[in-house]
Parts: sequence; C-alpha cells; structure tokens
Amino acid sequence: MIGSPRYWREIPQRYRYEAAECTKCGKIFFPPRLVCSGCRGGEFKKVTLPLDGTIETFTVIRVAPSGFGDEAPYAVGIVKLTNGVKVTAQIVDCAPGEIAIGDPVRLEFRRVRQDGESGVICYGYKFVRTAR
Amino acid sequence: MRDVAVIGVGMNRWGELWEKSHRDIWTEAALEAVADAGVDRVDAMYVGCMSGGLFVGQEHLGAMLAEQLGMGPIPGTRVESACASGGLAFRQAVLAVAAGEHDVVLASGVEKMTDVDGGAATYALSTAADQEYECYHGITFPGLYAMMARVHMHRYGTTRKELAEVAVKNHAHGSMNPLAQFQGKVTAEQVMESVLVADPLRILDCSPITDGAAAVVVASLDAAKRMKGGAGAARPLVRVAASAHATDSMALHDRDDLCWLGATAKAAEIAYKKAGIGPEKLSFVEVHDCFTIAEIMVIEALGLVERGKGGGAAASGLTALGGKIPVNTSGGLKSKGHPVGATGVAQIREAVLQLRGEAADRQVKGARYGLTQNMGGTGASTVVHIFERIERGQGGMER
Repeated sequence: MIGSPRYWREIPQRYRYEAAECTKCGKIFFPPRLVCSGCRGGEFKKVTLPLDGTIETFTVIRVAPSGFGDEAPYAVGIVKLTNGVKVTAQIVDCAPGEIAIGDPVRLEFRRVRQDGESGVICYGYKFVRTAR
Repeated sequence: MRDVAVIGVGMNRWGELWEKSHRDIWTEAALEAVADAGVDRVDAMYVGCMSGGLFVGQEHLGAMLAEQLGMGPIPGTRVESACASGGLAFRQAVLAVAAGEHDVVLASGVEKMTDVDGGAATYALSTAADQEYECYHGITFPGLYAMMARVHMHRYGTTRKELAEVAVKNHAHGSMNPLAQFQGKVTAEQVMESVLVADPLRILDCSPITDGAAAVVVASLDAAKRMKGGAGAARPLVRVAASAHATDSMALHDRDDLCWLGATAKAAEIAYKKAGIGPEKLSFVEVHDCFTIAEIMVIEALGLVERGKGGGAAASGLTALGGKIPVNTSGGLKSKGHPVGATGVAQIREAVLQLRGEAADRQVKGARYGLTQNMGGTGASTVVHIFERIERGQGGMER
C-alpha cells in the first residue's frame, strides 16, 4: 500500500524526474540522497534526468504483484539513461517479444498503478521504444 | 576473541505445515538443537525471521520465542536481513560467544509463509527490494533475478538449459534429504517446459514458498572440547573458521555490473582471509540458490569458477555430489525449501552434518572445510561462514 503522504513526497521524482548531482565529484543520484557514495560529499545541485536511454536488461512479468494483476504479462527493464543513471521501469507500447537488450527507449509520463479499489492512482515514468 | 564451535543442530521436515504454528515449528527445531548439543540450557538466543509481521502478523519474536524455550528470562533477539536473516542471526550468536558475553547460545531461523495466500507472500518477499524505485513499477523477485539472468546469458552465453541443470542437480541432491520439501527429481526438459514466471525464469527455476525452522547451538571451542554430554562425545568438533558480512546497493539498477554479486565477493574475500584458506581448500559449499541463476552467480563470486563461467558448472558435474566442489548437497533452497528466515541456519546445519560425517547418502567423503553463503534481496546483504572439522584430541584437550 502506498499512502498519500508517501505518494505526495515522491512527486518531484515521479512527475519531474528530479535527481541530485554531487557538487564535488559530479556523481548523480536518483532519487536524491543526503551523502554521496562516491566521495562522501554532502552538497548537491538539482538536475533533471535525461529522457533517452538504452535497455540494459528486461523481463516479462507473468505473475504480477497486487496492483498490477490485470496488466500481466508486462515488460519491466533497467534502462541506462544518457547521463549514466540507471532506472527500473515498465517498457510499454510494444509486444514483450519485440524487446532486446540495447534497444533505444524514451521516458514518458504514464499511469503506473492503482492501490486497491479506492486507493491512490499512481503516476510516474515508463519507457517506450524509439526507432532503432 | 574466542574460537567458536557449533555443538548442536536441529531442523524439522519442511513444507506446507498447515497444522503447526509459527512458534511450534521454531520450538521443535530449537529443542532438537539443544538436545543434540547435550546442554541443559542456553545463555541467550537469536532468531532470524524476515517478516513475522507480514506472514503471520506477529512481531516481537525475540521475546515470544525465548519464552517458548522454557529456560527462563534469557535475552532473546530477532535479527532481520531479508532472506539472509538466518545467517546473520548465526553471526550474532558467534560474535556473542567470541566476545565472551555468553558461553552457550542458540542461533535459529524461522518463517511460516503459508498462512497467507500467494499474492500476500509475494508482496512480503518483495519488501526485500527497493519499494519506492523497484517494486513501484511492478517488478517482482523472480523478475529481478530474471533481469540478472538475461544479462548473464547475453554477455557470457549462458544457456537456458544451463540454468535448468542447476535445478536438476539440486533436486537430485534433495532427493537424498529426508527433511526437504520436494524430494522428487526433475529433468532439464521439465524445468524448461514449466510455466513462465518472469522471462527467462520458469517456476522450476524458483525456490518455493515454505514453512520451516532450523536451529544450531554454539559455544566456545574450549568449552566444546570439554563437553561430554549428548551424542557429541564421539563426534569431531566443528569450528567456525570465519564469519563475514557485507552489503551492496539495495536496488539492482544501482550496480555497475548487473550480474555480479559484489557483497558475496566481498564477504567471501573477508572470510577466506580470516580462515586462512582459499576456495580450493573447500570440500563443499551451501549457497543461496533462491533462483537457478543465483547459484551460478554465487559460485562465481565465491571464486569457485571464473567470472562468467558459472553456467556450465552444474551440467559438467563440477558442482554435483561426487564432483570437484559439491554445491548444495542439502538440495539447496530449490529442493529443500526456502522459509526465508530459516534458510541461512539450515545451510549451517548441513555444513555441520557434512563435517561430522553424518550426512548419510549425500555425504561428501573426507569433508574438512565447508562454506555457507546466505543472501538477502538481490544480494544487497550477504553472510558467509567457513567451518572446519577438528578431530577430538587435536590440540590435547580431549580427556
């Protein structure tokens, strides 16, 4: 279950793809952190994730967790964005069988899940394939 | 720090134990370990349990289970590190004895997973991954390991059949373990034709949902040498040669290499150094094969095979009983079952049986050193232990 406070708190990442770049060593964190794991620096500037990336790996979920039951089978992958940050998200608008490692994808804003019958409708990013 | 020995082990038959409660499953294993050790009390107890709250609605397990032991107001501590909870509970018991705080300590693990339906169990297990940036997008544990498998296959040419061979081997081993949940053998064809869970992983690539517990008793090696009670008098001693623990990024996507288990490699490096041996000295290992691909990645991280070469190990017989380095003689998580909090302790029980020469049909001949590797999540936490057989009379302590 995702409560309203948590969903509201994560809006900068879900809606605006806000990440944090360490002002000392340049490492980028998504979501933002308080300490840089690269240099242990504590100062960051806000940056926005690039929209383009490539598929590093993926799977097709056949047995879905609650909140996703009606959608299976669906593809989920790890995408490496052009700034090197990797994120996990669904890969949509294509048949799962068409997906391959290395495919270029673009991040889009979509409905992700619904928590229960009267729960919060959760939005966020998904990936769609761009021309190979 | 004092040397520590494992002096007793206990475990019940694992499976879907609908007729038994969480507390009774645990107490059976704990009492068996205490009896096996031949002691009449323990000074403290540790229990590994991943999610009493989500599986049976019960937390505060340190106190609750200490009471069930009937040994008075001893300190009872619950340890949580997802599927590595059991291994980490054992490590806490070892540290408590090594430090001299306690002399005889029970280390145990338990999980009762079949009181809830499959969906709730899947959810409880998924809490070991990053809830905000992995699970939010509908990924599951089979899905995360499937993504690791796909990288391994893409980069190293590991085949679908090589994954299946891990299941074939571990079910063959488990057919010799009377406490295993599944004691039937499977063929590679059956694995490859079983239902897809998360491509490329199928149901027979996955460890099952299990109820079960396991327990061991540890004491200082010096005290163990003096003990004459129980069935232990004629047995070799089992020394804890090394205990190590390491962590890695919680989310799989935050790792530089998506099919390399950094925490396992780190914990193994520390453990080998502490024990003063390398992987070539090991007689057998028990590893965390929550999925077939996991065993392949773990044996690479432990240095048993070259990086990227884990795929062929099961098919070639290298890791089978009778092979150069038998892996998961107990049947592993795959066949023995995977009551998550208990798994790490059951691995240690298997290591002790092997080193005592009590593993019956699945005995590794002349076993001297054994290693156990227990991990949580996609490997974000890993606990590695190395055990050594010491003959009674060695060191002049036997009378």
